[in-house]
Amino acid sequence: MLYFFEQFLNGIQLGMLLFLLAAGLTLIFGIMDLVNLAHGSLYMLGAYFAATFADWTDSFLLGALLALAATAVTGMLLEVIAVRRLYGRSHLDHVLGTFGLLLFFNELVRLIWGPAGMTLSLPSEMLNAVEVLPGLFYPLYRLVIIGVTLVVAVLMYLLIMRTRLGMLIRAGASNREMVGALGVNIKLLYTMIFGLGAALAGFAGLMQAPILTVQIGMGENILIAAFVVVTIGGIGSIRGAFMASVLVGLADTVGRAFMPDLLHAFLSESASSSLGRALSSMMIYLVMALVLIARPEGLFPAAGK
Amino acid sequence: MAEVLLEIEGLTKRFGGVVAADEISLMLPAGELHAIIGPNGAGKSTLIGQLTGEVTPDSGRVRFDGQEITNLPVYRRSQLGLARSFQVTTLFPDFTALDNVALSVQAHSGHSFRFWTDARSEIALREPARTALARVSLAERAATLVADLSHGERRQLEIAMALAGRPRMLLLDEPMAGMGQEESIRLMGLLRALKGAITVMLIEHDIDAVFALADRISVLVYGRIIATGDPAAIRSDLAVREAYLGEGAADG
Amino acid sequence: MSPTTKPPVKTGWSMGIVTPRIGLNIAAIATLAIVPAYAALTGNAFALTLFTRVVILALAALSLNLIMGFGGMVSFGHAAYLGIGGYAVGILAKEGVNSGFVQWPIAIGAAALYALVVGALSLRTRGVYFIMITLAFAQMIYYVAIGLDRYGGDDGLTIYHRSAFGLIDLSNRTIFYYLCFGLLLVGIYLVWRIVNSRFGMVIQGARSNERRMRAIGFPTFRYRLVCFVIAGAMCGLAGALLANHTDFISPAMMHWTRSGDLIVMVVLGGMQALFGPLIGALTFLVLEEGLSRLTEYSNLILGPLLLIVAISIHGGIDGLIAGRRSG
Repeated sequence: MLYFFEQFLNGIQLGMLLFLLAAGLTLIFGIMDLVNLAHGSLYMLGAYFAATFADWTDSFLLGALLALAATAVTGMLLEVIAVRRLYGRSHLDHVLGTFGLLLFFNELVRLIWGPAGMTLSLPSEMLNAVEVLPGLFYPLYRLVIIGVTLVVAVLMYLLIMRTRLGMLIRAGASNREMVGALGVNIKLLYTMIFGLGAALAGFAGLMQAPILTVQIGMGENILIAAFVVVTIGGIGSIRGAFMASVLVGLADTVGRAFMPDLLHAFLSESASSSLGRALSSMMIYLVMALVLIARPEGLFPAAGK
Repeated sequence: MAEVLLEIEGLTKRFGGVVAADEISLMLPAGELHAIIGPNGAGKSTLIGQLTGEVTPDSGRVRFDGQEITNLPVYRRSQLGLARSFQVTTLFPDFTALDNVALSVQAHSGHSFRFWTDARSEIALREPARTALARVSLAERAATLVADLSHGERRQLEIAMALAGRPRMLLLDEPMAGMGQEESIRLMGLLRALKGAITVMLIEHDIDAVFALADRISVLVYGRIIATGDPAAIRSDLAVREAYLGEGAADG
Repeated sequence: MSPTTKPPVKTGWSMGIVTPRIGLNIAAIATLAIVPAYAALTGNAFALTLFTRVVILALAALSLNLIMGFGGMVSFGHAAYLGIGGYAVGILAKEGVNSGFVQWPIAIGAAALYALVVGALSLRTRGVYFIMITLAFAQMIYYVAIGLDRYGGDDGLTIYHRSAFGLIDLSNRTIFYYLCFGLLLVGIYLVWRIVNSRFGMVIQGARSNERRMRAIGFPTFRYRLVCFVIAGAMCGLAGALLANHTDFISPAMMHWTRSGDLIVMVVLGGMQALFGPLIGALTFLVLEEGLSRLTEYSNLILGPLLLIVAISIHGGIDGLIAGRRSG
């Protein structure tokens, strides 16, 4: 039971990371209609920047803040220099172009930081375990991830619902042409949205860096999961991204934890172990396939879609 | 020849709070040219959608040639002989005019699981296609890409596409929209020639053409048919005049 | 064809007129045809290895072009069929079945079967959703392969005997090369016939305007599904060839970046161009190889190059050569 709750928390934590990525993806997709395979590269850069800056400043917090800024700036530069030329073209052209960017960034990181990857250490207090339930100790840092992301989610909600920028974002998600007709500086708006997406991705990258990984190509796997989340949640919908992230995070984590045991009721130890691993990896794709078949626009599509 | 070809019974469709179709009932005898007129936003596209199968009615039935088609998919209705033309030209832009019409012929020539013979060399497909093009006076433009056709020519091609499958009934959605004077006259001549042989439901704004061609006219306002009758009767119908003149409803 | 009927720019099969496009295609074929001779003369065995890979992946790209270029179905999971075909050969080899007459039909059949399942579920979706769901199905197979401990799991499995076809010895690299090249040419011919047949007209029409296709009476779903299965089967054959070529199978064969590579080859060569996949595979792989000799960090150049292609070139290399107007 405690084990289940621990996995539950892990699932929530994974969901939060996915949300940060998916939120940016769904915004960029919903408003600029851009399929961005290089989004995972910004996630990777966030982690690398954080590891580097934390190393230079000897402070995790300072390193994280600098990394956040650096990733946002990188994202905006990327948009201005390269990405904006893809707007309006077919999704296939997006796939091709951003795939090229993905290859480029992996290689660039290898050039600058070398192939070995990096580590980012936490301040020692973060490593403590907190007793969340009687008998269940959970790492403080993971709780911090959950907490901080929830704060970010609330901030995003306020941004989208209460500010002028948010209004433009909502309008853009359901009717792109109208926003242009309103006389808004579309180019600037798009750059800012892309920068926001980049910041969110970088934030996810730097947050998971101490507990998971900082290495080349780390963006790819989670990027696919983020696309799954966006598809399930509904393109252009932050709310959908949040719900779907939690769903996918839980499905993946809890599935991985309990699938072998579930199968063990019917199969041998080794069979249920390998089949369990395979099935739990497929879990999120099965969920997506089911959702797409039942509700092709996603579970919480943005209004007007 | 008074057997009923198309039978619409109580078709109703709501979109949120808007009633786009309100208990529409209509019977079309075979060979009739029946026009539907009404202000914009009256529900004409919803009606066509429900007849062709792109929109599912909330309630009501449609019967074609005695067969219930209310829930049949779009392609099936076409195969049964119910063809349509689109109000907004929707063709195959990277194909020639002849290719376009030949596709229509092909759809009605059995299955297409033939992988070997060059379809462009099949006389069984090309000849009927040429005939259909000639009927709409597009014969010389057969080898022209659709992207290179003028707007009026594309409207004509729309009709040819619908005709090529040898349908029993034509659903024409504002075929004269965007046509020049000469082209409209030609189209009217074509429709006149078709009368009696093919049943036609004509949705149009061009009132003169409607009154000249139609056997009967139905007036659609806010999703309801407020009057049905022959042109003379409709012309003098008070409710009709009110709908067109009273509320300034010409622009829905 | 009557003299007044001009074929659309796409197919370009005006016999007797050697357009730049036809010239390029002939040059490519000729180059590929003499590779073994060149390799023997210069002692450059690597050239033979590289171009065998080119030819095999060109076949895979050809199958993708059928659904993507002509059919408008952008599949981001096409490498799955490469993997399935390869694994069919590898698994059977491990279990002692070395006969190509058994392995290859099973490879093709298994790939076709998976394509049937994937297509039946995915073809109900459109646009980016279709891209995503095909990606997902490829990922599923990828993870299944990783989980196959008996057949190497993540590390892969070596194949000790190439597919046996009686007298034909596939371990002879020249013979193997010509077999692959021959199959590619047969594949191109088949695709040509399919695309211009009644079936092909339906597929192209559905790409161009699916709503209209249904309105004139075509049940488009079933035709697209059959097309999808044909493409899967062809790619499965390419997978069997690839497994033989590398004497090795691993989940990396169906990693999604492999699917990305295939898409690049098709777009680079020119979608809807019959020889596009061949030109694309040739260009991409030779470029990749050349760049890696130039620098250890070849993707620093290749990446932006792909971006530039995506931004500027309409219709890939074929479009460039044929001077096609933008679209």
